[in-house]
Amino acid sequence: MTDRPHPEDVPVAGDETAPVIHNPVGAAQPVGRAIRPPRSQWWDVWDQFKTHKGALMGAAFFVFILVAVAIGPLLWTIDPTYIDIRARNTGPSLAHPFGADQLGRDMLARMLEGGRTSMAVGLTAMALALGLGTLVGVLAGYFRSLDGPLMRFTDLFLALPLLPLLLVMVMLFRDSLRSAIGPETGIFLLIVIGIGITSWMPTARIVRGDVLALKEREFVLAARSIGTPSRRMITRHILPNVLSPIMVSATLGIANAIITESALSFLGLGFPSDYPTWGSLLRDGTDYLQQHPERVLWPGLAISLTVLSVNYMGDGLRDALDPRIRGR
Amino acid sequence: MLDATPRKKLVEVRDLKMHFPIFAGILRRRVGEVKAVDGVTFDIYEGETLGLVGESGCGKSTCGRAVLRLYEVTEGSITIDGTDIADWSPEELRKMRPTMQMVFQDPQASLNPRMTVANIIGEPLDEHRALSKKERLDRIYELMDHVGLNRDFANRYPHEFSGGQRQRIGIARALALNPKFIVCDEPIAALDVSIQAQVVNLLEDLQNEFGLTYLFISHDLSMVRHIATRVAVMYLGKIAELAPREALYDEPLHPYTQALLSAVPEPDPALEAKTERIILKGDVPSPSNPPRGCNFCTRCPQVMDVCREVDPEFREVRPGRYVACHLYADTKSAAAPNAARSTRQPSEPLRE
Repeated sequence: MTDRPHPEDVPVAGDETAPVIHNPVGAAQPVGRAIRPPRSQWWDVWDQFKTHKGALMGAAFFVFILVAVAIGPLLWTIDPTYIDIRARNTGPSLAHPFGADQLGRDMLARMLEGGRTSMAVGLTAMALALGLGTLVGVLAGYFRSLDGPLMRFTDLFLALPLLPLLLVMVMLFRDSLRSAIGPETGIFLLIVIGIGITSWMPTARIVRGDVLALKEREFVLAARSIGTPSRRMITRHILPNVLSPIMVSATLGIANAIITESALSFLGLGFPSDYPTWGSLLRDGTDYLQQHPERVLWPGLAISLTVLSVNYMGDGLRDALDPRIRGR
Repeated sequence: MLDATPRKKLVEVRDLKMHFPIFAGILRRRVGEVKAVDGVTFDIYEGETLGLVGESGCGKSTCGRAVLRLYEVTEGSITIDGTDIADWSPEELRKMRPTMQMVFQDPQASLNPRMTVANIIGEPLDEHRALSKKERLDRIYELMDHVGLNRDFANRYPHEFSGGQRQRIGIARALALNPKFIVCDEPIAALDVSIQAQVVNLLEDLQNEFGLTYLFISHDLSMVRHIATRVAVMYLGKIAELAPREALYDEPLHPYTQALLSAVPEPDPALEAKTERIILKGDVPSPSNPPRGCNFCTRCPQVMDVCREVDPEFREVRPGRYVACHLYADTKSAAAPNAARSTRQPSEPLRE
């Protein structure tokens, strides 16, 4: 190592007459200047999220809906099942801002109460489907031995027709669940689980595909050369990089869950008929579409706007979570 | 430099084989294997740099990765710092990881795009050291100073850096645990020439500072000549020749090394006109179906009958010089007259 005369044909390095600057990037550390300690990357995410106008509006609207359905029924104290027979089939008025239905029940109260159920079903079912789908997708993509069995399992679920399966589930378990944990919680659980386990497959497939590609990237090999065990490999390197497709699945998942719940309610297999959800309000409203279109309009608008706001939010969040897009 | 001083061997690789199975057909049956590394033997002494050269696809990178046990090796033994790690489980290897680290070829691909520089460099520390938040940050800054990165960059993401800076991040990550042995898998191949010099100089500075041992994989012969203490030439999964740097570049023994060195461009046009290039005919055979006998027999300009039959033994023909070629077999009759066709300087003939 000591005597190393560089022969004339070493083309680039080590020419003694023209010294190569070894550390051109960092040689001049600013002396005495305080260096910002690494700040949490969630601040960067928030900064980027704020720049996405659609996402910000979506988030605002979503929070508004959440607050409305959470504390709205406490402020608008009319019982959604109270029948004011003289007000039946009336349009919007001061006493009933959204009008009243064919039995004289206040539409605003029913919308707020229904929103509670629909939002709860949408969020929980989405979380369940997302969790299941991500778990199956990551396991199938990361562990070669699990890939075959898990993906065939996914195919099996994809091949099941969704609505008939849900109908059978409701038929089989509704009564036993109802007697075990009460009619509302029972049917809520049944619907959430039903929607959850029938809608995780697209997420699983998308996530698996992404994990398969990621697994071959060099930074995963680098992590393995460091000695990172599989579980931390997944949480540190794989999951953050498959966040985008998961995010998109999540936003679509909420919409899907609310609509599936509406469909079940529409078919009369969801919640009991006097129990308001956005889906069942929509179904009830269709009978009076000609005479009172606003009765379809309110729940329809609520569903569409919620779904739209969640989509925008997901879009913004996906951009904000990607450091390559951030700061543009 | 030729006579090997009795230094400590840090890495001993014996008959290392890395075969990748090929599955085909409807039943995905095993129909053969790609012999990416097929019986490789070498030692690396403490504090030296072993250059590993060869053309694309000859198994250099696979060899480097197998030595670090990033693959399940098919056969052979890998002794690092006195322990044979060839058949260790991933859990056992984890304890060994701080000793041996790797610098990757593509600095873009080897850094997680979603992690900040501080987190990338800190990952080995998180895995192997129990440091407080402050100690961890101090160590990260220390490492960034070592590789010449501004401390202000700690919060940034890999895509915000140039190739050379990214490679510095990769080097800092490899240094984090004070390793003894670093495999540099073509660390300069993805960089442009001026940056190559910086990175190679940085690697040399770090070697002097920390007493590191490198396995330097490259296809850049000039760069290997600059950095390596000894050089191994690989062809189709086997080492053709292993020799101290000066000896190998002055007087290559194996016909493949001669051909390889004759392909290095000569900056001096006067000399360039005089150098005789050895152009090899044909392509590299498929590593899934290597030829019988010597791997190089299909393209060797000095091929003999025995080459097509018997695989030459990898043996020490002169002190410190190992060659796998029948030209240098004990039966001197086979050492044909033009064996010493040196490509650069027509130095003293090989016949003794």
